[in-house]
Amino acid sequence: MNQNPFAGFADPALCRRLLARLEQALAGIPGGRMRFMEVCGTHTVSIFRSGLRSLLPEGVEHLSGPGCPVCVTHDAEVAAFLDMAGRDGVILATFGDLLRVPGPGGRSLKHAQAQGARIEIVYSPLDALALAAANPSDTVVFLAIGFETTAPTVAATLMLADQRKLDNFCIFSLHKLVPPALRALLDESRSDESASPCGIDAFLLPGHVSTILGLEPYAFLPAEYRVPAVVGGFEPADILLALCVMAEQLRDGAPAVVNAYPRAVGDAGNPRARALLEEYFMPADALWRGIGRIPRSGLALRPAFSRRDAALRLNVSLPEVPPLPGCRCGDVLRGRLAPPQCPLFGKACTPASPVGPCMVSTEGSCAAYFKYALRA
Amino acid sequence: MEECILLDAGSGGRASQRLIADCFQRHFSNPYLDRMDDAALLPLGAGRLAMSTDSYTVTPLFFPGGSIGTLAVHGTVNDVSMLGARPRFLSCAFIIEEGLPLETLERVVRDMAEAARAADVRIVTGDTKVVQRGACDRMFINTTGIGEIVADPVPSGSNARPGDVVLVSGALGDHGLTVMAQREGLSFLSDVQSDSAPLNDMVGRILNAAGEIHVLRDPTRGGLATTLNEIAQQSGVGIEIEENAIPIHESVRSGCSFLGLDPLYLANEGKCICILPESAAEAALAAMRESPFGREAAIIGRVEEGAPQVRLTTAIGGRRLLGMLEGAQLPRIC
Repeated sequence: MNQNPFAGFADPALCRRLLARLEQALAGIPGGRMRFMEVCGTHTVSIFRSGLRSLLPEGVEHLSGPGCPVCVTHDAEVAAFLDMAGRDGVILATFGDLLRVPGPGGRSLKHAQAQGARIEIVYSPLDALALAAANPSDTVVFLAIGFETTAPTVAATLMLADQRKLDNFCIFSLHKLVPPALRALLDESRSDESASPCGIDAFLLPGHVSTILGLEPYAFLPAEYRVPAVVGGFEPADILLALCVMAEQLRDGAPAVVNAYPRAVGDAGNPRARALLEEYFMPADALWRGIGRIPRSGLALRPAFSRRDAALRLNVSLPEVPPLPGCRCGDVLRGRLAPPQCPLFGKACTPASPVGPCMVSTEGSCAAYFKYALRA
Repeated sequence: MEECILLDAGSGGRASQRLIADCFQRHFSNPYLDRMDDAALLPLGAGRLAMSTDSYTVTPLFFPGGSIGTLAVHGTVNDVSMLGARPRFLSCAFIIEEGLPLETLERVVRDMAEAARAADVRIVTGDTKVVQRGACDRMFINTTGIGEIVADPVPSGSNARPGDVVLVSGALGDHGLTVMAQREGLSFLSDVQSDSAPLNDMVGRILNAAGEIHVLRDPTRGGLATTLNEIAQQSGVGIEIEENAIPIHESVRSGCSFLGLDPLYLANEGKCICILPESAAEAALAAMRESPFGREAAIIGRVEEGAPQVRLTTAIGGRRLLGMLEGAQLPRIC
């Protein structure tokens, strides 16, 4: 049998000690309260699945922000890739989660697939490249979703596509960048008086994304907004340690960016991955579901690689689409509404028949509530 | 040239007869089958019967710890056993894609014959169809099982009572992870293997030792979590489970952690959940552990009053819902 090297990070006694430290720090914060937001689907699931959520001190409130790439995919983006699906000579390659995301009229790639569109589930962009090699007379479009963590792999795949001269491979870049979204959330809650009860006191920064970014891109959080920002790992003790650090910063009035996940994240991130990313992509405005347009929060292919851009090759643009009726995923993503407060939650909207994207993805906050939260 | 199955073999003519005689009858031979009439003539007691059917479509056909053949026997034997019955007879129907190597079919048939012998059941009737290439994925098997009810009362998913204790007969998730690892070519998961096994002998031992069993279920597709939820709903009770008490092999735990899977939702093909009065729990546990397929059996929780849901006390002492499997995109695993 293998020894699980991470077992220690879920040690109950260690977790109890960290919980006591958190309580102590909390007692020193005026009001004794801390609303923290995580922006990573893996954090969402880990906090629920480990039972950590039920152990958090009463004053600690957990908000799930826009941390699941599927959940933040905008209706207009869904409409655009639905437009690509089913075109003659096109194979769409996608991560499985996107298959059920409803677009305008509730239509999803599943429906397109049932009507004959050629849609292949892949586990990596490299699988999509293999599809391109195996189907030389078709155009393979990889739906490139994800944050800074996944984008470098897509850049590497584009590099391989050039090396292998696979001209029939292209991508539809739906990539999103985390730091601009954090800024947008804070700007909105600062400017909007009605949003103040949902103000964010601190960010639990995404461990995976930070392996690429390092700490510097988050420096504006404490500097400009005086908000603590702590990179955390994904085991219960990792998360608790990050919460202790941010509570202590709040108590001491000394916000900073701290790396509480040094076994995976280097303070400088991964410069090679970032260089590759920058070679192929440049920042561009992007649409976030429920939040809207955020300046320079997405990634577009650089002009030199426009032949790899599915939107240009297939002449697809983002259409104006009406929002999903009744769906409040946008408020959930901004931390303004807890999932069970949405009138559709658990009734019209369940993982089996999701209305909004937060219920579709296994890492969506609504899906996590539905799956893990005890009901009275 | 490698011998393979042609469409002729399902035609009912000589080619069919040759396949039946040279392959199926050769391996499955028993007095009931060997009469070769249109139906099997079976001697069964005067009491009540349990009957269950299942179709097997797993890909790949062979995997560490079993094959579509062992599953086709164990799966149906176990379903019949879960009613507190002694499985006696199986039917089996093959749907074969033309071009399947004869050797592959024979390997599967040999696995079935061995599994049937080990489980002390007879395969007494069968059917073969051969379909055109592409109309099925190499080979599908359906088996139906009949058994004689031994238990009184007969266990049922609706019989869980507050105060009852929940047992599982061993470590969970091995089969589901093994098949997934094979499908995806995940060679680093080389130390997991399917738990495909017949449970009828173990069920007999539990019945002897414990007398009264309220619920007996095998957590196949959907895994432990889904089966417990079905029981909670059928019985209208809450079920409390201790995460730390659930036996899971370390290789499965780390494999699942790497792949983002939850072993509590993975299929098992040789495990049962047993819910019975607390007074009988230790005896039932000892009986399970006497069986070669129950060495790692454990008491994992209890039945309580309250909303029909499954509540988990996690390893770090938190509490959460253990929900149903929700439309996950899983490959065919049985």
